[in-house]
Amino acid sequence: MERAILSGNEAIARGAYEAGVKVASAYPGTPSTEILENVVQYPTIDASWAPNEKVALEVGIGASFGGGRALVAMKHVGVNVAADPLFTLSYTGVRGGLVLAVADDPELHSSQNEQDSRNYAKFAKIPMFEPADSQEALTYTRLALETSEQFDTPIMLRTTTRISHSKSVVTLQDPVTGLPEPGLEKDPAKFVMLPSNARKRHPLVEDRITRLEEWACQQPFNRVEKVGGKIGVITAGVSYQYAREALPDADILKLGMVYPLPKQLIRDFAAQYDTLYVIEELDPFIEEQVRAMGIEVVGKDLFSICGELTPGRVAKSLSGKDEQPFFSHSETLPNRPPSMCPGCPHRSVFHSLNRLKAFVTGDIGCYTLGFMEPLAAMDTCICMGASIGNATGLSKLLSGDEQRKVVAVIGDSTFLHTGINGLMDMVYNSAVSTVVILDNRITAMTGRQENPSSGYTLMGADSYRVDLEQLCRAVGVQHVKVVDPYEVAATRQVLKEEMERPEVSVVIARRPCMLVKRDPVARKPAMKVDLDRCTGCRACLKLGCPAIEWRTTADGKGVAHINSLFCVGCGLCNQVCNVDAIGDINE
Amino acid sequence: MSNEVTNILISGVGGQGILLASEVLSEVLMLAGFDVKKNEIHGMSQRGGSVVSHIRYGKKVYSSIIPEGQADMLLGFELLETYRYLPLVRKGGSVLANNLQVFPAPVTLGKESYPVDIPAKIKAAFPDTKLVDGLQLASDAGNQRTVNVVLLGALSKNIDIDDSFWQQTLQKMVPAKYLEENLKAFSLGRNL
Ligand code: SF4
Ligand code: SF4
Repeated sequence: MERAILSGNEAIARGAYEAGVKVASAYPGTPSTEILENVVQYPTIDASWAPNEKVALEVGIGASFGGGRALVAMKHVGVNVAADPLFTLSYTGVRGGLVLAVADDPELHSSQNEQDSRNYAKFAKIPMFEPADSQEALTYTRLALETSEQFDTPIMLRTTTRISHSKSVVTLQDPVTGLPEPGLEKDPAKFVMLPSNARKRHPLVEDRITRLEEWACQQPFNRVEKVGGKIGVITAGVSYQYAREALPDADILKLGMVYPLPKQLIRDFAAQYDTLYVIEELDPFIEEQVRAMGIEVVGKDLFSICGELTPGRVAKSLSGKDEQPFFSHSETLPNRPPSMCPGCPHRSVFHSLNRLKAFVTGDIGCYTLGFMEPLAAMDTCICMGASIGNATGLSKLLSGDEQRKVVAVIGDSTFLHTGINGLMDMVYNSAVSTVVILDNRITAMTGRQENPSSGYTLMGADSYRVDLEQLCRAVGVQHVKVVDPYEVAATRQVLKEEMERPEVSVVIARRPCMLVKRDPVARKPAMKVDLDRCTGCRACLKLGCPAIEWRTTADGKGVAHINSLFCVGCGLCNQVCNVDAIGDINE
Repeated sequence: MSNEVTNILISGVGGQGILLASEVLSEVLMLAGFDVKKNEIHGMSQRGGSVVSHIRYGKKVYSSIIPEGQADMLLGFELLETYRYLPLVRKGGSVLANNLQVFPAPVTLGKESYPVDIPAKIKAAFPDTKLVDGLQLASDAGNQRTVNVVLLGALSKNIDIDDSFWQQTLQKMVPAKYLEENLKAFSLGRNL
């Protein structure tokens, strides 16, 4: 059998393929993005990006109702968007197996909060599997699709960043054969959730959870590992690996299904130990349920609710000793925060908004980095699509002068995700604000995924490109202007005019992301600083372009220097330099 | 405890090719018959931020994260990023550092300063530290962008694995038109 090193995300994609999944849909979000990106290599699956997670789930539900197996993927905060269909899907159940892969991000490596998706499983009464490495990510994906059909329920598959992005060795298998062919089948009593039908389905949901709980007590994915230890540990997911490493002498009940919990199995296990630990990341999800069974455990009083666990943190919590590393720094090191790329089209917009002293309601994407020094041009950031609604709310409280300072910024992908709804409301309820759509033709932050405004599908096929101007006009925006953010003065002028206007206006700053491969921004020769002209005023540094460095001179003043390895010749610095000291290297 | 597991850290700046280097290394280790786990954080860090990759191998590996202070080797692609991750290295561990400075934004803006004498500081704690002129060797191999493979070559001397596994993996993972310069880069690093 073939072995490979796969990440958790790659393994989920492989598992979906092996399980005969027909349709896969997702909205990209770190750390879940690579699931769909890897599904693409299996031509038997129709894979697509949806404009948001709710739509992705609805696509998966449709496929399942048609009798095909479906995979839907998103990050934890995406489930908030998809929650509406999710809870009702729990009632209808499925036809073809449906798995919702959800990637949580403890420690907030790339997210706006640390929510624990296991609560959704319990809240929506949907069983949840949680793999502890790539092999399990693959196996559980297959298992989840089978279990979904067996118990007529959607299944959630939860990973965390350290599973999604860790690579480990897996064994590959051939795809299953003999699955039923999809086709239409009418069953309104099951699929039409109006009150009279839904009322009848609710007891079925409750019964299903009870049956699953009993079933799970007998299944090998919930396993006891005995080494004859004196203490017992209940754990799941990546925490299992940390527990195994920190407590080699403990007996472990390793849960593969974290909801519903196998109560009898837990009771039998717990009865054998004086000390029982529950080791889990984020919420005391298992702990609270075990306690509710009347079993005493040690859990969150020892292990933090905030942030992720590591083998070191687990060991430290258990021993109470903070072992000093062999080497520690005696000085504080400079941080190395991420920044927008050299030549990023968003840079000049933020530079202008900073100059114009705008109050900027922000959103989720590469442009969120515009909040950092020196651009410092973002004042709020809540969730996908929130910038426009936030601006509306703000403008309702403010006087005319202050009102006009409020500017919402949103990327093209985010605008189509959930921003458009906010814009509709902004017009409908006569708010006064400027909305800047940072249209770089791609979903850049998660690694450049296509979206309805990029003109291409996930599979790379040409597709219709949403006309953002027309779309804004269609919801009633009277003033829609398009600017090229590489033209600094013109862009600033338009922003200034539109901010002054006591009406809703939309400025579309259009220029492809520097990293788009198929629509490449022509790299020009690097810019160069004319040392005789540079006065050391630091105006160019305010752009925050990683290619512009500062060199202290003998007189202590300093001059700008452009690192030719990074500079893409976009020409922004040349436009913000007041003394014309920056120019084309060839001049 | 985890005495049969070997822990390697690779650190550097987003965009330096750390991802590919750690992919190649894990693949080689798998071919050589080890259980391997590898971990790095993507997302924000890709845009010029600080990046670190953990690789662990042995008969059986549990966590993909190296416990604090237990790294056996640190391969640094940039001096500050080598220095930053030193507390993860165990006493007597080995350090291999690319002799290159890339200033982070706060340094460029004059808000924070780049530490001085990093090589000396590293050597004081880890006397066997080796500095590699990655950029120079990569240019010698014919392409400045093969620095990551030069460094892998240098690292390969510390790992007892047959050269053929490396050759095989590079052939599999490097695009054909860059293969020759990458093989050259690897051997320049390995023969340092
Ligand atoms: S990936 Fe694209 S949008 Fe994001 S910072 Fe870089 S250039 Fe800008
Ligand atoms: S031209 Fe100026 S702003 Fe543009 S990438 Fe080069 S240094 Fe940065």
